[in-house]
This record gives sequence, structure tokens and C-alpha cells, in this order.
Amino acid sequence: MAKKVHVTTTVNGDEHEFLCETSQTLVDVLRGELELTGTKEGCSTGDCGACSVIFDGNLVCSCLVLAIEADGKSIETIEGMADGKELHPLQQKFLELNGLQCGICTPGILIAAKALLQRNPDPTETEIRFWLAGNLCRCTGYDKIIRSVLAAAAEMREG
Amino acid sequence: MAEEGYVAPHTVDEVVSLLVEAGGDARVMAGGTDVLVQLHADLIEPGLFVDIKNIPELRTIAAEAGGFRVGAAVTSMELVDHEAFNAAWPGVVEGVALIGSVQVQGRATMGGNLCNASPAADSVPPLIAAQAVAAIVGPGGPREVPVEDIITGPGQTSLDQGEILVSFLFPPRAPHSGDCYMRLTPRTEMDIAVVGAGINLTLDDAGTCVAARVALGAVAPTPLLVAQAADALIGSKVDDAAMAKLATAASSACHAISDKRGTKLYRIKTVGVIARRAAEKALERARKN
Ligand SMILES: Cc1cc2nc3c(=O)[nH]c(=O)nc-3n(C[C@H](O)[C@H](O)[C@H](O)COP(=O)(O)OP(=O)(O)OC[C@H]3O[C@@H](n4cnc5c(N)ncnc54)[C@H](O)[C@@H]3O)c2cc1C
Ligand code: FES
Ligand code: FES
Repeated sequence: MAKKVHVTTTVNGDEHEFLCETSQTLVDVLRGELELTGTKEGCSTGDCGACSVIFDGNLVCSCLVLAIEADGKSIETIEGMADGKELHPLQQKFLELNGLQCGICTPGILIAAKALLQRNPDPTETEIRFWLAGNLCRCTGYDKIIRSVLAAAAEMREG
Repeated sequence: MAEEGYVAPHTVDEVVSLLVEAGGDARVMAGGTDVLVQLHADLIEPGLFVDIKNIPELRTIAAEAGGFRVGAAVTSMELVDHEAFNAAWPGVVEGVALIGSVQVQGRATMGGNLCNASPAADSVPPLIAAQAVAAIVGPGGPREVPVEDIITGPGQTSLDQGEILVSFLFPPRAPHSGDCYMRLTPRTEMDIAVVGAGINLTLDDAGTCVAARVALGAVAPTPLLVAQAADALIGSKVDDAAMAKLATAASSACHAISDKRGTKLYRIKTVGVIARRAAEKALERARKN
């Protein structure tokens, strides 16, 4: 019954095309059709932030975006974060300061933190905690995540 | 019945004709943060999604008639980032900034928050307190309705078949005016209001309150505009006695239910406290401008 729709979109600077059904979510297509499985799906209801991507410049939950909305838009996912083999300072600090354990929440948190630092290169600890309130982590207890973001921000400010 | 599909028209008129044609089988989608959750929980099964985010009129914040007109599909984040609107209506911004996470706020809209018609919708009490007017367009043409007349019950609005909310008009701000929205939640973020209060007040040069509006959320099937609570402030210097009367009036207006977020008694007590705290903040703001 449901006919498929053709969508053209830009992901991490590369143009992609896919077919999707109207009710399919962006996270579904990113992972299923485009095989970009770095973006995780936890809750599918906007509560956990594991599916965070930057959609047309805005940090969003890709489980709450229809894939069809991506037509003509540009999307940034975790796969576009490192520059070739060189990790983004956020990724590097998460490794050094143990900002992750199982890693399920990590792509979403890195994307969310990247969006924060683009907006505010020098956030306070409180600002980071509020900004990341929509990203749940079951493992780390958050403290190491916050420290990693603070350290990455400091390094990025120094250039 | 329309074929299952998705459309993203560029004009309000197109939306209205699509909605009329679909005759109830279509669903308007703004940010989708309610609609897509409902879709995936199988609570709704629309034949057609009508995405309203590509309509410039619905995406604009503009000065008008000494106040502001805010498109129904402007996102929370866009409002949070709008300096002039923040200066005039910090309480409304407090409401939209409490909607979900940053991720949700990148998509959520005030139009969607109002039309989803949750008793606990966070932007609705401050919109009502601000005396915002909703501009609606439908098959019968345009009409204007005070925000407090939109929600008629949980999930129910007074919008007719084929109508959409286009924008909110905020009145001009008199000198010495201030507003505030506060809610009570166990968590500071990512939680649903146990109770909420939006307060908007204006003082004269001598500091006497000459106008006030008080709206409460999550204490009844719909957000409430409580005239008795506003009357407690009007004519007073917004002193302790007036604040105590405000709290009592807010508690008496509470028709809450008991649920997992709080018992009825807890809501009756706390809505008075929250209304008072919000009034204190609104007063502080009014004295500064
Ligand atoms: C994780 C999470 C946390 C949340 N936290 C909160 C919270 O703390 N407080 C809170 O109040 N809400 C919260 N929400 C609910 C939701 O984000 C808000 O209600 C939001 O404002 C809805 O806006 P939207 O644009 O996404 O609406 P949509 O989902 O696009 O639409 C909602 C409803 O309104 C209708 N509609 C939308 N726009 C119009 C229009 N212009 N004309 C006519 N009908 C229209 C739609 O058909 C639909 O029925 C949360 C949601 C999530 C997923
Ligand atoms: S999967 Fe999208 S927020 Fe949890
Ligand atoms: S590292 Fe396991 S959920 Fe965060």
C-alpha cells in the first residue's frame, strides 16, 4: 500500500539518495538504508538523545524527524566528526578522560556537545549539564562526560 | 480518503485546501515532537502529513502594532535566540525553553504545544498570561481567538476541521511590565509539569499593580486563566498580603486530579507556591523596565 518516496539529501557533505516510506524516521534510514550505524536508536520517543544529529544546522533527535523531511537538507552525523584519521578534540578527550563506557550514548553526546561548542566555545559546567540533559547515559554517571567536554572546549579555544 | 503521503506546502491556502479535501484523515505537522511520538505509539494513523514548516508566514517573528507577531511554526530555539522577543516576553521564553531537551527545542513549536492541547503544556500558561491572540485560517476565512479559548479539553481544541493556527499576536508592552513562567517538576529538565504558573503584570509609576493576568497549567483538564488570582494583585503594591491572596486564589482554582506526578492535595498546595514565586519574579522584572 505505502508507496516509497525518493529523497536526495546531503550527509556529512556527501550527496545520498534513498527510497523511504512516509512514516519512516530519519534514524531508521540513516542506519538501515545508508548504513551509517554510528547514530544509535535508544527510545524512539525523543527522550534519550542517542539518535542526535545536526539537521540543517539544528541539533535534533533523528527519531523525531521523518526521513522524507531530509529531502534537500544537510545532515551531520558522528561519521563526519573525525577528519579522516584525526579525531575531533571532543572524541580525543572522551577517550583520554574515559567519557564513555559501553559507548551507546556516545555518538549522540559527541554530536550534542559539538553543537554546543559551535554556539558557545566557553560553556560553564552548568551550561554543559543543561545542554546535555536530553542525552541519557546509563554507564558513566555523567561526570566524566562533562569533564571531557570542558577539556575539549579548553583545547579548542587554544586552537 | 487521501493516499498515505506527505506534503510540505508553501502557503496557508494550500494547507487549508488539503485539509478540507482529506476530511479529517490528514494531520498537520509542525515540529513533529508530539505527532511522531503518537504515530510510533500507534495512537494516530493519518493518511496524509501536512508539514507546515515551509510556510514563511508561519516561521517569522516580526514587530507588529507595537507588539510582536510570532509564526505558529517558529521553533522554541528560534524564540530563545531572539533578543528583542526575550526582552519583551521573558516569561513566554521560559515556557518554550522548558519544552524537552535542546534537541526537542530545535523542532518543537508554540503552535504545536498549544494545538496538542496537553493540560501541562509549558508555553500555554505564559501565552495566556501575555494575552496573546491566535490567528487562525480555515475554509471560512481568517479569525482571531484569545489563546485561552483554544484548548477545550485534553487533546481537544476549538479549531474546526480544515483550520490551522497561523500565528500569535502579542500586544504592546506598557512600561513597568514583567512576566514569568515557572513550573514544578522533580527534575529540572526533561520532565512534565506537576503544576505551572504564568504571571504577567504591569505597575504604574508609584509601583501599584494596574494590570495582571494569571494562568495556571496542569491543575485542570485545560490551562486556566484565573481572574480571582489576578484581582489579588491588581490595585496592590504586590506586597506580602497581595501575594498571599494570590497563592490562595491559585490553590482554590485548582481542579487537579491525582496521578503519578502528584496527588490532588499536593497540586493544590504547590500551585499557590509556584504562582507566588512566578509573581515575585515578574514583579522584579516589571520594576526594572
Ligand atoms: C522528549 C520530549 C519532551 C517533551 N517535554 C515537554 C515539556 O517539558 N513540556 C511541554 O509542554 N511539552 C513537552 N513535549 C511535547 C512537545 O515537544 C511539545 O508539545 C511541542 O511544543 C509540540 O510542538 P511540535 O511543533 O513538535 O508539534 P507537532 O507534533 O508537530 O504537533 C502537535 C499537535 O498540534 C497540531 N498542530 C501543530 N501545529 C499546528 C498548527 N499550526 N495549526 C493547527 N494544528 C497544529 C498537530 O496536528 C498535532 O496534533 C516533549 C516532547 C518530547 C518528545
Ligand atoms: S532514540 Fe531518539 S531520542 Fe532516544
Ligand atoms: S557509555 Fe554506556 S550509556 Fe553512556
